[in-house]
Amino acid sequence: MLRETYTKELRHLQDEILRMGSEVEENLLKAVEALIKRDLAQSEKLVQADKWFNQRRIDIGNDAFSVIATQQPIASDLRLIAAALEIAGELERIHDYVKGIGNISLLIGEYEVPAELTIHMPQMAEKARFMLHRSLDAFTERNSRLAYETIKSDDEVDKLYNRTYRAVMNYMAANPDSFELAQRLEWAAHNLERAADRVTNMCEWVVYLASGQYHQGKDLLKNFQP
Amino acid sequence: MTPNPNSFANGDLAVEARNMHVYYGPFRAVREISLKVKRHAITAFIGPSGCGKSTVLRSFNRMNDLVATARVEGEILYQGNNIYSQNIDPVEIRRRIGMVFQKPNPFPKSIYENVAWGARINGYKAELDELVESSLRQAALWDEVKDKLNESGYSLSGGQQQRLCIARTIAVKPDIILMDEPTSALDPVATLRIEELIQELKKNYTIIIVTHNMQQAARASDYTAFYNMDQDRAGYLVEYSDTNELFTNPKNELTEQYITGRFG
Repeated sequence: MLRETYTKELRHLQDEILRMGSEVEENLLKAVEALIKRDLAQSEKLVQADKWFNQRRIDIGNDAFSVIATQQPIASDLRLIAAALEIAGELERIHDYVKGIGNISLLIGEYEVPAELTIHMPQMAEKARFMLHRSLDAFTERNSRLAYETIKSDDEVDKLYNRTYRAVMNYMAANPDSFELAQRLEWAAHNLERAADRVTNMCEWVVYLASGQYHQGKDLLKNFQP
Repeated sequence: MTPNPNSFANGDLAVEARNMHVYYGPFRAVREISLKVKRHAITAFIGPSGCGKSTVLRSFNRMNDLVATARVEGEILYQGNNIYSQNIDPVEIRRRIGMVFQKPNPFPKSIYENVAWGARINGYKAELDELVESSLRQAALWDEVKDKLNESGYSLSGGQQQRLCIARTIAVKPDIILMDEPTSALDPVATLRIEELIQELKKNYTIIIVTHNMQQAARASDYTAFYNMDQDRAGYLVEYSDTNELFTNPKNELTEQYITGRFG
């Protein structure tokens, strides 16, 4: 085949996204587990790990720019590079939410967390992780349908977040002294909800990669036929 | 969104091929070409060597007539007439549909005469000095040659000679300018200068350009037609669309493979 080096460079870019993505998947679950189990050492580790993800994004960007400068990618190759740049940015942001949950855990410190406020969080984290996993599969397979279905499943995370939000409000009303603790936990749940939103952004770029059409969020569900 | 080039309204149409086949003796060089070229736009023809893109280009002004064995079937419609009809004068067609070639080919005459020559033999009666100046200006060459109009065309650099040939083409007031790889013999700077010039020229002329340089088609054209060759070595049109669309989201797998450099 012609352009073997070029093909390898594009492959490498895709592999780096998958590698970064699977690390983010793992840390999403770890962050919630550490928060609930009060494993401060683990939370601290996750906060520290965020630097690695920031650097990955820069490295992927540099790799992409060098392919652009040296190989003049066009058509689906160019769309791959555009999608990889955007997706690397989203993954980096998702890990910011992991770091955010880690920081919340550290701020709560030695306190216990009330089970009724964290009850939905493992499920939220798992759903967000699963969405992320499917979006990466869709990216690898150039699968618009899978990306489309993944965007649709974001509603489930939103529902769990709303239930957590109501639980937090009730808890605050009943325990005004623990206002700050409850608010911090609400923020952790919000981070998970936002992480899933970021996955839907990734899916929009997968649809672009596969079809050449870019639509945002709800417009995509309305206007795009996978 | 840019319209599909094959759906141009008649008023936007410069020239159209309808089910055209070109033969050289028994060999069918291109088959079933149907496409509409938009007025005052730049249309690029790309494709691997031997895919017939130059043959298609040359049929647009009956340049293939000069090849003894060449034969064209189908129609090329220009201003409502098939240019291959019996009553059409090919010389008049070539005046209205001019051509610039791969290698600059100035006449062994002065810069001035190179530009004035076509107009003169076409019986141009008005002020020749003005015509020469305005043609050279349009070809972005005037400032470089205005003080040496009597020097030989050969004294110019390759890029300047090519712009001189463009000025010579413009001087007979064509409607369409066909360009057959006009920059393949030029260095990158001279190439970019010609590309800039083409952007200016499209305000007054329709341009069709054959190029081997895909980046050139991508950056310099409005519409792109991709040709390929079948097993019988007959060229055919694979995909024709808005240039942006063709280079970001081609519809045909072959186009994708060709423009990303994976075959051809």
